[in-house]
Amino acid sequence: MADKSNELEVSAGSAVARPDRLQNPGFEPEHQRVTDESPAREKGAERGVSFLFLLSAILSVAAFVLNFIFPIVPGDLLSTRLNNLFVGIAIAAGLLTLGVGAVHWAKALMHGHELVEERHGTRGDDATRSRAAEIFTEANKESGWTRRRVLRNSLIGALVAFPIPAIALFRDLAPSKSPQELLNHTLWKKGVRLTRDPNGVPIKASEVTIGSAFHVIPETLGDVEEGFLDEKAKAAVLLMRLPLADLNEAEDRKGWSYDGIVAYSKICTHVGCPVALYEQQTHHLLCPCHQSQFDVSNHCAVIFGPAARPLPQLPIAVDAEGYLVAQSDFLEPVGPSYWERAR
Amino acid sequence: MSRSENRRGRRHPLASVALLVVGLFVSGGAYAAFTGAATAEESTVTAVEVTDGKALFAANCASCHGLNAEGTKAGPSLIGVGALAVEFQVGTGRMPMSGSGPQAEKKPVQFTQPEIDAMAAWVATLAPGPTVPTEASLQGGDPANGAELFRINCAMCHNVAGAGGALTEGKYAPNLHNIDPVHIYAAMVTGPQNMPVFSDMNITADEKRDIIAYLKYLDENPSVGGLDLGALGPVSEGLFVWIFALGGLVAITIWLTAKSN
Repeated sequence: MADKSNELEVSAGSAVARPDRLQNPGFEPEHQRVTDESPAREKGAERGVSFLFLLSAILSVAAFVLNFIFPIVPGDLLSTRLNNLFVGIAIAAGLLTLGVGAVHWAKALMHGHELVEERHGTRGDDATRSRAAEIFTEANKESGWTRRRVLRNSLIGALVAFPIPAIALFRDLAPSKSPQELLNHTLWKKGVRLTRDPNGVPIKASEVTIGSAFHVIPETLGDVEEGFLDEKAKAAVLLMRLPLADLNEAEDRKGWSYDGIVAYSKICTHVGCPVALYEQQTHHLLCPCHQSQFDVSNHCAVIFGPAARPLPQLPIAVDAEGYLVAQSDFLEPVGPSYWERAR
Repeated sequence: MSRSENRRGRRHPLASVALLVVGLFVSGGAYAAFTGAATAEESTVTAVEVTDGKALFAANCASCHGLNAEGTKAGPSLIGVGALAVEFQVGTGRMPMSGSGPQAEKKPVQFTQPEIDAMAAWVATLAPGPTVPTEASLQGGDPANGAELFRINCAMCHNVAGAGGALTEGKYAPNLHNIDPVHIYAAMVTGPQNMPVFSDMNITADEKRDIIAYLKYLDENPSVGGLDLGALGPVSEGLFVWIFALGGLVAITIWLTAKSN
């Protein structure tokens, strides 16, 4: 074996193999297992493997029987739990003992001799090669591939044209209009009432006591027939009422709240988790996914975490009947950044 | 005793050490004596049968909340919080606080129910506020509707299985297992500490009853999947899988590739 590796063998399709500067040490002396040396141990291993297979069979039958001993009673969760637990354990253990037995059989009892299978050269013999070249020449002569040029070029042209319809087909898989418009707008618009999630009951400003947090959906969400969840996901709003003294409002946004009642998009500007962990005394909003924190008293400025922008604020007002309504849609896209987003 | 001996004693190399030891014992002993006296005094106050809520309040709460519950730098005003807030804060052991910290924690209740009722009655006379509902009015809700309301309004902090969760800067939403229905109701109405208020105008009394029914359903019905690992979600479950499942796979792989002996 050692002399073989030193041969310089160059064959077609393979890199030049340099002679190895290290001698191939060959195999270690063959490992003698206890089962090779002692017939008693061999017998023991055989019994062990049979025992594992037998155990596997017993467990599989047990799984079947346990299904009847611990039946699932509709409405009783404990019965479901016990059924899952015992049947699952029996099936898993049955499969595991089967696998462990098979591996143990292979490792302890099947022969452990080490073998070498040499790679063969990839180059065909000369006769095969010349016959292959002959076939190509004949085919060229019979079809006239190089002689009938117009025919050949028209075939190539047809093949080039063939995938053109796929361009249109694949294009049709994309949304028919730019998703930018969908991302930029929500159901909120001027005069849409703020209603409770999930029952859609409108909220009066007088009902929002200090320290309250309301989970809000737009009044018009109930009319949405297609893409309900998409619309809800974009329009979800958290409504909070802070003591007026705690609210630091920017001059240009003073008219966006009503007597300490503020409404912010519930969709995190980081990757879009719902931000609703509101602390009514610190006025911090915490996103549970990546711990971004927003300060509601300062227009939801980011005070911690990976979010890059404040939560968008929904400008609100009160209508003639005392209900809270939106003044307009959000003035910036809600949720995480996307490629076409301005800023 | 001669004068020279006296000076020798004071200037002995170990004199300063002895002085230090004596000083430590004296200050430590004095501290123990004073604090011991304080706890003795407190226990006598709480042990005495006091029916007057104002007296109880003055003795146990006024140091932070002010003699007339007007609030101080150490604690908020309690005017208008109502009897229900007292029932919640004192009835769950959160008040009186054992020390300042991110939030008042649940601990063994420090007062008897008549004492809590007396304090609640006095606080309720200060200004109108939420009252304690009857036990019967909190029974018999619809757990399915309660579960939906819980998922929308409560689960973001308290976890969908009511297991609780972390908030900012050491605060946390407590787990909601085996809580007295009155205290669940009180928490929603009064919004204790950093919990937002969910008044009857937001979640109606009937809907609150449904939420209580859902939480009671969770208490009475075990997890379907067996061991729920605290129902804390991907962190505890992931940790379990990484340690035990992957550990098991590594062990099996090592055994598979090892030579038989």
